[in-house]
Amino acid sequence: MRIINRHPSRGLYILLATLPFIALAVTYAIGSYQRLSINPADKILPSVTQMMAAMNELMFVQDKRTGSYLFWSDTAISLWRLGSGMGISIAIALILGVTSGFIPFVRALVKPFVEAFSLIPPITILPILFIMVGLDEASKITLIAVGTAPLMLRAVALGVEEIPREMIVKAQTLGASTWQMITRVVLPQILPKLIVATRFALIPAWIFLVSAEAIAAVSGLGYRIFLVRRFLSMDVIIPYVLWITLLAWLMDLTLAMLQRRLFPWFQPEQKS
Amino acid sequence: MTTVVLEKIWKEYGDQIVLENIDLTIESGSFVALVGPSGCGKTTLLKMLLGEERPTSGRILLDGMPLKPEPDWDRGVVFQRYSVFPHLTVLGNVLVGREFEKSRVLGRLFGINRAAAIDDARALLNAVGLSDHENKYPAALSGGMQQRLALAQALMRKPKVLLLDEPFGALDPGIRAEVHALMNELWVEQGITVVMVTHDLSEAFRLGTRVIALERRRNRPEEKERYGATIAHDIAVWPPKTQKKKQNGSALVEEAPPLIAADVSAAVH
Repeated sequence: MRIINRHPSRGLYILLATLPFIALAVTYAIGSYQRLSINPADKILPSVTQMMAAMNELMFVQDKRTGSYLFWSDTAISLWRLGSGMGISIAIALILGVTSGFIPFVRALVKPFVEAFSLIPPITILPILFIMVGLDEASKITLIAVGTAPLMLRAVALGVEEIPREMIVKAQTLGASTWQMITRVVLPQILPKLIVATRFALIPAWIFLVSAEAIAAVSGLGYRIFLVRRFLSMDVIIPYVLWITLLAWLMDLTLAMLQRRLFPWFQPEQKS
Repeated sequence: MTTVVLEKIWKEYGDQIVLENIDLTIESGSFVALVGPSGCGKTTLLKMLLGEERPTSGRILLDGMPLKPEPDWDRGVVFQRYSVFPHLTVLGNVLVGREFEKSRVLGRLFGINRAAAIDDARALLNAVGLSDHENKYPAALSGGMQQRLALAQALMRKPKVLLLDEPFGALDPGIRAEVHALMNELWVEQGITVVMVTHDLSEAFRLGTRVIALERRRNRPEEKERYGATIAHDIAVWPPKTQKKKQNGSALVEEAPPLIAADVSAAVH
C-alpha cells in the first residue's frame, strides 16, 4: 500500500505528535546536563531548577526598584499593547474592508493605496513612529496596527468579494438597501472570516510587539528578554519565550473556539 | 395585475450580438418557460429582467413603467445555487424579506411586528413543506429543501414577477419531480407570474403555460458573432393551466388540469 493511503491510529497519532516535543526537551536536557557537569556556573543551557529559581524571583518577589512583580507586569503591559494594536487593526479591517469589498467607489479609493502601503516593511516605519509619536505606548501600538491592518483589511475585503453574486442579488430582490445588506448579509458572513484573519495576524503582531519592546521600552515581555540578554540570562529568556508561545497558542485556541461557538453555520460549509 | 413587456431588445457584448430583436409580452399570472441551447442568451435575458444587465437597445416595461436598472423587490428570484443565506436559519431566511421592508435602519423586527411576520413566514414554510425544519441552517438541508426554502423566501416579499434561473437543474430526478409538483401548486395557489429559464424541455412543458424557445437563426462560425438569438418558437402549452385566484378578482376555483407532458417527460428521460 502506498504511504499516502496509510493513516496512523489515534494512539500512534498522539505518539507521533508529541515525539518532536519530547525529542527537543530530551536533547536540551542532555546538553544542559553535560555543560553543567563540566562547569556548574555555565549560563548557556540552564537546568530546569535554575530556570524555576530565576522565574520564582520574577513572578513572586516584588521588584525593589518598581515595587511590582516583573513577570506579571511585563505580561500585562505586553498584552495591553498587543490587544490595543489588534483592536485598532480589527476596527480598520472591518470598516474599510467591508466597505471596500462591497462598494466599488470605496474600493477604487482604498484598494490601490492599501496594496501599496502593505508593501512597506512595517519595522522600517518604527523609527518614523518614534520620531513622530515618541517612545511611549502609542508608537508600539501603532506599529502593531500598521503591521497587521493591511493584511486583515485585504482578507476581509477578499472575503466580502467572495460572497456569491447570487446572494447579493437575492438580497436586493428582497428589497434590501446597501446599509441593510452590509448589516444583515455581509457583516454576519464576514465575521467568522475576520476571526480567521485575526488568528493569522496574531503571528506578525507578536513579532512587531517584541521588536518594538526590544528597541525602545522600559517594560514588557520583549523588553525583559532583550534586557537580560546582556547578562546571558538564559534562565529567564527560555521561560519567557515558552510563556509567549503559550500565550499565543491560548489566543489561537480561544479564537478557534469562539468561531465554532458563535458561527455554527460556518463549519459545515467549510468542509465541503 | 402585472405585465412585463420587452420591446425590441438587443444585447451585445462588444462585437458579439447575443440577443436580437426580442419582442415579448408576459401577461399577468402566466408561467413563461424560456428554453434554448446553452449559450443562446436565455440567462442573459433573465438577467436583464432582473436588472443585473441592461439591454444594449430596446426597453423593458413592468406595468407600463421602465424597469429599474438594478435588482429590486418587485422582481423575486431563485437561482440554481446560493439563493439562501447560510448564516440565517430557515425561519430567518424567510423573515428577512419582511425585515428589509419594514425596518429600514435596523433590518430587524421586534414585538408584534415580528410575531406577525413569523406567522406569515410559517404559513409559507408550511406551503413548501419545511415547517419541521425552521430552526435549521441551510447547510443542514438537502438541495431540494434549499430550493424550496429559496421559493418561500422570495414569495415572502410578494414580488410582481418571480424569476427562476434553472432553479431545479442541480436536483436529483426524484427530488425534481417533487419540487415540480410544489412549484405548480405554488403557482396555482399564490397567483404569481413566473419567468423560468431551463434547459429541460419536459420541465418547461410541465410547469409553463407558455414556452418560449430562443435560437440563433444562423449558426455558421463565420457569421455566428453577428447574429444573436431571437424567439424561434412561442408555444402556448396545452391544455391550459389555470390559477386558483385570477388576479382581477373573478375567482376560478377549479382545480388545475393534471400536469401536462407527463408523456413528453417520459419520452425525454
